[in-house]
Amino acid sequence: MKISEQWLREWIPTRMPSDVLAERLTMAGLAVDALLPVAPELEQVVVGEIISAEPHPAADRLRVCTVRVGKGRTLSIVCGASNAVAGLKAPVALPGAELPGGIRIERSEIRGIASQGMLCSAKDLGLAEAAEGLMELDPGTRTGAALSEILGRDDHQIELDLTPNRGDCLSVAGLARELAALTGATLHAPPVKPAKAHSRRQIKVTIHARQDCPRYLGRAIEGIDAAATTPLWMRERLRRSGVRSIHPVVDVTNYVMLELGQPLHAFDLDRLSGAITVRHAHEHETLTLLDGNRMEVPAGTLLIADDNGPCALAGIMGGQDSAVGAATHGVFLESAYFRPEAIASRARQMGLHTDSSHRFERGVDPQLQARALERATQLILSLAGGRAGPVAEKTSSRHLPERAPVRLRTQRVTRLLGAPVPPQQIAVILKRLGMKTVKLADGWRVTPPSWRFDIALECDLIEEVARITGYEKLAPRRPLAVLQAGTVTEKLVPADRFRTMLVDRDYQEAITYSFVDPALQALIDPAHRPMMLANPIASDMAAMRTSLWPGLLKAAIHNLNRQQERVRLFELGRRYLPGTDGTVQEHPSLAGIAVGNALPEQWGVSGRAGDFFDVKGDVEALLSTSGPRERFRFRPIQHPALHPGQAAEVTDADGRQIGVFGGLHPSIQAELGLERPVFLFELWLKVLEQVQIPVFGEISRFPSIRRDIAVVVDEHISAQSVLDCVAQVSGKLLANLELFDEYRGEGIDSGRKSLAMGLTLQDSSRTLKEGEVETLMDQVVAVLASRLGARLRQ
Amino acid sequence: MTVREQLTQLLDEARRAAADAADVSTVEQLRVRYLGKKGVLTEQLKRLGGLPPAERPQAGQLVNEAKQSLQDELNRRRQELESAQRDVQLARETVDVTLPGRGLRQGGVHPVTRTVQRLQTLFRHMGFDVADGPEIEDEFHNFEALNIPENHPARAMHDTFYFESGLLLRTHTSPVQIRYMEQHRPPLRVIAQGRVYRCDSDVTHTPMFHQIEGLMVDESVSFADLKGVMGEFLERFFERSLKVRFRPSFFPFTEPSAEVDIECVICGGSGCRVCKQSGWLEVLGCGMVHPQVLRHVGIDSERYTGFAFGLGVERLTMLRYGVNDLRLFFENDLRFLRQFR
Repeated sequence: MKISEQWLREWIPTRMPSDVLAERLTMAGLAVDALLPVAPELEQVVVGEIISAEPHPAADRLRVCTVRVGKGRTLSIVCGASNAVAGLKAPVALPGAELPGGIRIERSEIRGIASQGMLCSAKDLGLAEAAEGLMELDPGTRTGAALSEILGRDDHQIELDLTPNRGDCLSVAGLARELAALTGATLHAPPVKPAKAHSRRQIKVTIHARQDCPRYLGRAIEGIDAAATTPLWMRERLRRSGVRSIHPVVDVTNYVMLELGQPLHAFDLDRLSGAITVRHAHEHETLTLLDGNRMEVPAGTLLIADDNGPCALAGIMGGQDSAVGAATHGVFLESAYFRPEAIASRARQMGLHTDSSHRFERGVDPQLQARALERATQLILSLAGGRAGPVAEKTSSRHLPERAPVRLRTQRVTRLLGAPVPPQQIAVILKRLGMKTVKLADGWRVTPPSWRFDIALECDLIEEVARITGYEKLAPRRPLAVLQAGTVTEKLVPADRFRTMLVDRDYQEAITYSFVDPALQALIDPAHRPMMLANPIASDMAAMRTSLWPGLLKAAIHNLNRQQERVRLFELGRRYLPGTDGTVQEHPSLAGIAVGNALPEQWGVSGRAGDFFDVKGDVEALLSTSGPRERFRFRPIQHPALHPGQAAEVTDADGRQIGVFGGLHPSIQAELGLERPVFLFELWLKVLEQVQIPVFGEISRFPSIRRDIAVVVDEHISAQSVLDCVAQVSGKLLANLELFDEYRGEGIDSGRKSLAMGLTLQDSSRTLKEGEVETLMDQVVAVLASRLGARLRQ
Repeated sequence: MTVREQLTQLLDEARRAAADAADVSTVEQLRVRYLGKKGVLTEQLKRLGGLPPAERPQAGQLVNEAKQSLQDELNRRRQELESAQRDVQLARETVDVTLPGRGLRQGGVHPVTRTVQRLQTLFRHMGFDVADGPEIEDEFHNFEALNIPENHPARAMHDTFYFESGLLLRTHTSPVQIRYMEQHRPPLRVIAQGRVYRCDSDVTHTPMFHQIEGLMVDESVSFADLKGVMGEFLERFFERSLKVRFRPSFFPFTEPSAEVDIECVICGGSGCRVCKQSGWLEVLGCGMVHPQVLRHVGIDSERYTGFAFGLGVERLTMLRYGVNDLRLFFENDLRFLRQFR
């Protein structure tokens, strides 16, 4: 909300400087976002009075005006505005003036006639977005006065960002009330006298929705002057509070809303037919709103209707057909209380948010309607004349919100705030806030004022005590607490350990969005149907990821497109898998992507392209945190995103899958426009993090013997099966087994390959004899031959 | 020629040869030639027997002195040559130490993670446990249990992503509070961090960001404790003493509620673009847990009180490292990420 500071000060006279005033409001929970000057720096712009306006001899549309600008000076100014007529007072930019937008005013000649300045519109002065004709100043304005004085050189626009619980502060009155409570000063409210009924004109009001509209006041005002204009003072106040001047009657309703916090609506009296009914919308009712938008009103929406149908969306926006306009001679003024919930749900449903709905959904003081109606009547009559009719009021008391008394215990204040507040001080604060109190043995019974929708519990009152006392006055304290160990376990590898490991292996951590492009995801993980957002921010951010790869691929592409040759990224985050029964499973996962050379560019090392085994090395390193490598098994798999010959899964000793990795499928690589092969891994954190707690094994004191063998096997025989076979035959004596070479080529038949291994043999209780080692090795070779068709390579 | 003259001649000859020796093996050959078993000087010694007995001691002494002197001379020359040889070798092995080292470089964690890790460490040291909760939430945990009923204007502050099923992406980490309290009884000290989502995207908003949520519930937890813990954590996070102010605010799940500002770490409070000339930066929201929230999870709000706080990780990260564009966090540009090693 924006409000003029001077307007506020009229209600609450205080000498507090502007910045202090703003600070007080902010520190009371009414955050002041900005304190802006309301008048532009308008040097050399003064109030001018047009004495005469003669037609320009050489141009039909121009007039030559003689303008008095004070201190006895008179200027001749050529002007094209249609309202440039003798007697008008309007701003004059004198030669040397600089207008917003950088226009410099100089003496000039327009079609042969000297022009010694410029008569200005509100737009010329940067006071409005658009303007028709010259800015009209009140006849009483002093000729020659600096315009910035008229525009409030000393005034500021206070811009507040109010929290939704403080609907009561959405007005000058509300803020003034709050400042009064904070400072103890007295409020100066403008007097409002009920208008005498000079007209019999009355419109019947019927409420069919008493719960949603417990109070409705209406009054007809006839015979208003259609030619009346809004006086400068009101236009200025509205402008300084961020509201555009539209029509005297509309301006008054806006003015009263800003002043008192009661949204009002004015209907054109002549365009209403019959009686007013407040009711819920039926199916398929339509209404053209003030903004010209024709809509079908959702059934159940609270409406103001006449005999012909809907006239306004209650509390939200009026209709075009009954709107006040230039031809309006009579109005029907509405001042009502609508239930906040009835407005909030509807306004949002229809995507409408207005100054009126903003206030109603936060709660308007249910005792304010009559006063606001009288205030508006008073202003309309003084601005535009007319005769007020009697007030029609419909109130359903039992549906009006009632402020239930709340018990406040002194001891509870101390306990919640952590410091005692003297009871005397509490009592003063409550009184200043307009609360009614009854003293009890341990505190008070407090009845909040009608405008406070946010006080229902004891803690609400305690916040008020703290707020008015000032949060800054409550001393901080270090809490005392019971010592308690948090969750610490050796059975799980902390996620940060994996991060550290990958960082040390030259991966950079990425954080990508949880929602991805459904097309990319379908390409990577067609097996899962992702959860789709009903209201995504963009269509390529609509599918909840079922794999971290789409996000990492996108991030890699981003970098490759920016001259990065080598990209290694990892991410630790969740995958979202829809269950069959409508549930969702969130699986934490650790995934990585590597594109480019195995090592960063450096001297003395050839630039070897990273491959499957580099990524496998990273995967093995991650696995090593949770147990010895014998626990893990690797198997080739088929995966839609991966190269059919370079895709593997890893499982743990219980056969549970820990994750998958491999090269990106070349056709996907091509589709994504990636030039170099891409390697990916994704591991399921919940399995990966399971630690096998080490169990100590005796260290043998006897020497070990190493034997190396190389065997030739068919291409399809996996290294793992050879190693498994060796391990099985060697049994307990095998202390270590290392595969150190894979070879194809000269000396090996095509379709076969050679695998070389080193066996370290050792017994825990004795030194092995040469003979038994030879026997064992013969046995190993024999079993390899019989089971796998292996031949010892000579 | 006398023995003395002979020896002098021999020694001169040997010394010259030693000085001329170009390598260790030549020195060794000289040793054999002069001092070996059949060496020239050894032969001299053998010939002493031919001298008259009275001359033998003196002649023997002279020969021995000559042997010793030559031995020393050869040793010295050998060392000299060895040292020269070593120098040559060392010179050959000398490298340009300014050439870069080889191997992998170091990656880095994401700056958001860096902040999360620091905050977790900080709060763990204060005795807070770390909890976790789902990102895909239901209305109850994200809103109702936190005292945000349907149609409450506070819901408009949360632009929520929904699924057809009615589930939603959590708009804050506060539902973890609820889930934690459903499982644990006071005394409670816990933090939770993670991704949160709002349907909003512009220069200062990304549809996903990170929050850290904290909760402490015990028999005598007060607003003063909240102020104490927040002040302490902010000073430790920024590693400097800071002006901190608590401003009344509104969250449906806390009462009293506060917004915490710190003196602008960019301009030191004098006013700049980052703090919109106010000198203050809003860094977190907090308050005393609303009794309605405690009631929802079956904790006696008469007996127990608590505080809760929530902060934006990206915001703190931006302030700590001077990052000026929120969107950088999710572009994953290596030129950005590598600045946080």
